[in-house]
Amino acid sequence: MAVVSNQPTIDLREPGGWRRSKNQIATGLMWFAFAVILVPLGLVIYEVIAKGAKAISWQFLTGSTIPPNVMPLGQGGMGAAVVGTLEITAIAAVLAVPLGILGAVYIHEYGGRNWFAKLISFMADVMVGVPSIVMGLFIFTVWVIPRGLSGLSGLAGSLALTCLMLPLIIRATFEMLRLVPNHLREASYALGATKSRVTLTVVLPSAVSGIVSGSLLAIARAAGETAPLLFTIGAVESTNSNPFSGPTTSLPSQIFSNALSPYTGAQDRAWGAALTLIAIAFILLFVARIVTARFTRYAR
Amino acid sequence: MSTAVKADPAKPAGSAGPLSQRRPLGDRGFALLALLAGLLVLAILVGIVVTTAQQGSDWFSTAGFKGIFSTVWNTTDQFGMMAFVYGTVLTSVIAIIISIPVSLSVALLLTEVVPRRWAQPIVVIIDLLAVVPSVVWGLWGIIVLEPWIEPIYASIASGVHGIPVLDNLFGESNGSVSGASFFTAGLILAIMITPIITSLSREVIATVPAIDKEGAYALGATRWEMIRGAVWPHSQAGVVSAILVGLGRAMGETIAAALVIGSSVQVTSHLFVPGYSIPAVIANQFGESSGEFRSALIGLGLVLFVITIIVNLFARAVVERSGRRSRGA
Repeated sequence: MAVVSNQPTIDLREPGGWRRSKNQIATGLMWFAFAVILVPLGLVIYEVIAKGAKAISWQFLTGSTIPPNVMPLGQGGMGAAVVGTLEITAIAAVLAVPLGILGAVYIHEYGGRNWFAKLISFMADVMVGVPSIVMGLFIFTVWVIPRGLSGLSGLAGSLALTCLMLPLIIRATFEMLRLVPNHLREASYALGATKSRVTLTVVLPSAVSGIVSGSLLAIARAAGETAPLLFTIGAVESTNSNPFSGPTTSLPSQIFSNALSPYTGAQDRAWGAALTLIAIAFILLFVARIVTARFTRYAR
Repeated sequence: MSTAVKADPAKPAGSAGPLSQRRPLGDRGFALLALLAGLLVLAILVGIVVTTAQQGSDWFSTAGFKGIFSTVWNTTDQFGMMAFVYGTVLTSVIAIIISIPVSLSVALLLTEVVPRRWAQPIVVIIDLLAVVPSVVWGLWGIIVLEPWIEPIYASIASGVHGIPVLDNLFGESNGSVSGASFFTAGLILAIMITPIITSLSREVIATVPAIDKEGAYALGATRWEMIRGAVWPHSQAGVVSAILVGLGRAMGETIAAALVIGSSVQVTSHLFVPGYSIPAVIANQFGESSGEFRSALIGLGLVLFVITIIVNLFARAVVERSGRRSRGA
């Protein structure tokens, strides 16, 4: 190839001067912002592990009597709160997951484009933005007030968390149902399947990974919530294994009350409970990510 | 069944008869179940409004218009909400101002700068940030952050002493600053809403057509010029909506705010002094309340509900308006 040597060479690859510097500054600032995000996350995880690890023991996780705040570490444990959190969250999940999936099935599969399904879809969006403490007040007024003191129970807390999780699961499921290709539905209708059968055996199974991971994320969020439980579960110092009657307690509620205590024993127990709670939330998150990564059939 | 068994001379043998017009019972039952689940959403939202309005009516009628919109709150006979509304708006605006540059930068980093396989670990980190429970942020805020940040507030306050506007914002009030303050609450809220704004704006930015971006590059734009010229106009409305959703979340955030805001009923321009917000006062005072006091707290819940709903509706309206505009163009 002949090169015309007397023509000036123009470098088209890289802009120079101020434009180039501006681009580099902008890119640098984006990385800086990411570093800014890492700081609080790193600090909170460091503190929770550093201060919580010394509290964690088998006795701490299972000891059924929460000691008074003045007591130092090493006596009693948070077993009552661990049991409470697991029970309340499990019941909330059992209620909210099927209802949320059914709600999304109504909006996407049955409602189609009619105004009522659009309204419900819109309302589910609105409900995502409702503060969790308002859900607590709602369950307090409709469930606890009519029953008096006996209304305070793990179940009441579960109902509040159900209200919180329901719109999250509806949104997650709805997004997954949208990804299921229409030809799958048409093929199974052509085989003579009824609508419920198409939904249950074709549509939902092909969206299952997204629904499972969306539900797990909603459960992780609900497990860490304190505000909806403040007025609904009461408070106890020893394990109440029956979630359907009598007041109970939970890890977030215990962290909240211990955090305000001036005693180091109480604060140490709060850090231990925080480590337990974060561990539960992170495990749920990682299971959700693994489900998404390994079992997704239709992705965006 | 019986119709299929009966032989019909007009049809060839082996025919199953006319296709059933009625859907089977199980099918209709499932449709009904799905409808009921959808209706539950409506029922809960209507229920929230009706029950909190009912429980709060005692407050509305006793305090009257003037009493409700006052700043005096003494837990016995005066229940004015404005100090809490002020604290809620102030802390969430602080949170938004801190969070916007950080979350938008990270969203752009994820979509435009890092290659796909490096984006995944960053997304995981943002997810981790999102699932740290609010009570853990509160615990960290009250035990670690507050004692650490108080001397910083004190030195900022002495630095701005005598400077007109800055002194009103960052200066001392009654000769002191506090680690538990509007600003600390805003800072914690900023950390908590950053993952939400980041992931929502990332979704929006990811929908910018590749052809627009390639066009900008083809004209010789740098990446930053491409972001300003192609990405920003396309995703502006979605980003504003993401910020509004974050604002709504910050306003409703309860436990972290309740732990670090300092629980002091006052309206002041000073940011480094204790304040209060609507969800924080409900969380802290509900336990020992009764009568009109409790009614006022539930009424405050309704006020908070209405404010956050309005913010969220705004967020939707922004997106829908821009959607109409771009379709019309």
